[in-house]
Amino acid sequence: MNAPDPAPLTRDTLATGLARDRFPLLARRVGDQPLRYLDTAATSQKPMAVLTALEEYYRHTNSNVHRGLNTVAAEATEAYEHCRSRVAAWVNAPDPRGVVITRGTTSALNQVARGLAHHLQPGDRVLLSEMEHHANLVPWQMVARERDLELRFLPVTDQGTLDLDQLDVLLDERTRVVSLVHVSNVLGTINPIAAIAARAQAVGARMVVDAAQTAGHLPLDVQALGADYTVFSAHKAYGPMGLGFLVSTPDRLADLEPYEGGGEMIEWVHLDHSTWAEIPHRFEAGTPNVAAAAAFPAALDLLAELGPETIRCHEEALTAYALERLQDLGGMTIYGPDRAADRGGLVAFWDPEVHPHDLSTVLDQYGVAVRAGHHCAQPLHRRLGVPATTRASFGVYNHRADVDALIDGIVAARKVFGF
Amino acid sequence: MMDGPMDALYREVVLDHHRHPRGARPLDDYDVQAAGKNPSCGDEVTLQVRFGDTDRIDAVGVLSQGCAISTSSGSMMAELIEGRSIGEVKELAARFKQVMHGDEFPVDVDLGDLEALEGVKKFPVRIKCALLPWITLLDAVLAHREGREPDPVNTEGLTDDGRPMDVTLEERK
Repeated sequence: MNAPDPAPLTRDTLATGLARDRFPLLARRVGDQPLRYLDTAATSQKPMAVLTALEEYYRHTNSNVHRGLNTVAAEATEAYEHCRSRVAAWVNAPDPRGVVITRGTTSALNQVARGLAHHLQPGDRVLLSEMEHHANLVPWQMVARERDLELRFLPVTDQGTLDLDQLDVLLDERTRVVSLVHVSNVLGTINPIAAIAARAQAVGARMVVDAAQTAGHLPLDVQALGADYTVFSAHKAYGPMGLGFLVSTPDRLADLEPYEGGGEMIEWVHLDHSTWAEIPHRFEAGTPNVAAAAAFPAALDLLAELGPETIRCHEEALTAYALERLQDLGGMTIYGPDRAADRGGLVAFWDPEVHPHDLSTVLDQYGVAVRAGHHCAQPLHRRLGVPATTRASFGVYNHRADVDALIDGIVAARKVFGF
Repeated sequence: MMDGPMDALYREVVLDHHRHPRGARPLDDYDVQAAGKNPSCGDEVTLQVRFGDTDRIDAVGVLSQGCAISTSSGSMMAELIEGRSIGEVKELAARFKQVMHGDEFPVDVDLGDLEALEGVKKFPVRIKCALLPWITLLDAVLAHREGREPDPVNTEGLTDDGRPMDVTLEERK
């Protein structure tokens, strides 16, 4: 427990891959190769400080929240509520009571879709896009079927951006909700949410933004984004799994009908009816992931040590380098905007010579962990005209050598396949 | 580092089937058509099967869209099953599945080029790729016999007793 303080992380040391030392899993090997983890868009690795905090919670503070009157229970409750305030401050939420702690982004999106459903009438419109993750499609499909809503979709241009010219056509006074991804988990595209939110709100629609790929990677200021509801997970931002956030304002949350009933979310319960707890607790039925909430501030400390701008610069530089090296290979279809400045820290591509699964298997022999498949965005892959893509995504621990290993692996795979 | 497992997985025979898949043309006339998909990875295969008079497979079209393992397995299957009886085809499928799940290649049954896919068993996540065309074929045969449309097949997920789907190949009677 008395390990020396880790070397400080700065813009310069990040570029050398120094942050890797903070993440114990990255010391492991795959076969005889060091692990090159390029799948942070699926989930990030966890720094030692988060692992220590998780263990410390279970060793020292474990108890249920908002229930006990004993010391340990009070400390657990304090740790849980501390996470809420830290997250509120981190994303510039106007009021910590506007932060709902959820199981993740998916659960938060379901919470919003279900929560708004009772306001929606048959024929009301929900505007989504072709680049959405399944988590921002399926909950709306479920609500649309129940409430007889019309789902509309902003098309994706050949450049991998939202076709905003279609906004005038698709957005009208029957549109009650607009729900879009901020950073596409396949294209990398950073969507102009603030401008779209203003348009949506001007016709009386509520704006929801899926910021799963933003949190921990790009500066995230919910007031600047301008959405009514912003959702993201902890686990892509170096925090534990099973924890996410729905960030809004108490007023906007008051419009949501609670989606799960049970303990914790109630005020008074009678045999045949109940009243709800105050906001935001009415959206947090059952025992939450207190350990994850207690540990997440350790990840936020790491993010604060670096600062959002430094992290963004680091990922942007890596993305630019990966784009350049992939282009140089020739014959590769790379999806999304050309400029790294217009993208999050990930690159998905299609190599006509080697199917993504085969490529992924070969890369694994080089210790390079990428994702191959549809990345929970089947409609987008239909739009792109390929069944699957290979995706490399970056975090604070990656550096240029990881991209070099990726490129070497692709060259080797092409050789295996005789190209 | 590329010797060993990669060479064992992507043997020249496998790559040849992948580049020049056999039976990869639609049939003008078939008795049953079945579709298999592995949703998580996007592998897809469409099979068209024409039966002869004595319950033998007269012709098969194997239209694959997927990785080298699934397309080559489908191509090898096309080579292997034409002219075989349904009983023989079921036996071949069961044997191949047993090999994928760890058995040695049988000496009493000729699995043709499928032998070249033995390396797949060292890559557990890829076994479902190799089995996709076979499981799709079994459902096509079964559906034809029962006079119904084949179900869409996939080799992912769990069976009702909690085992991985592809393990239950031999139980599909």
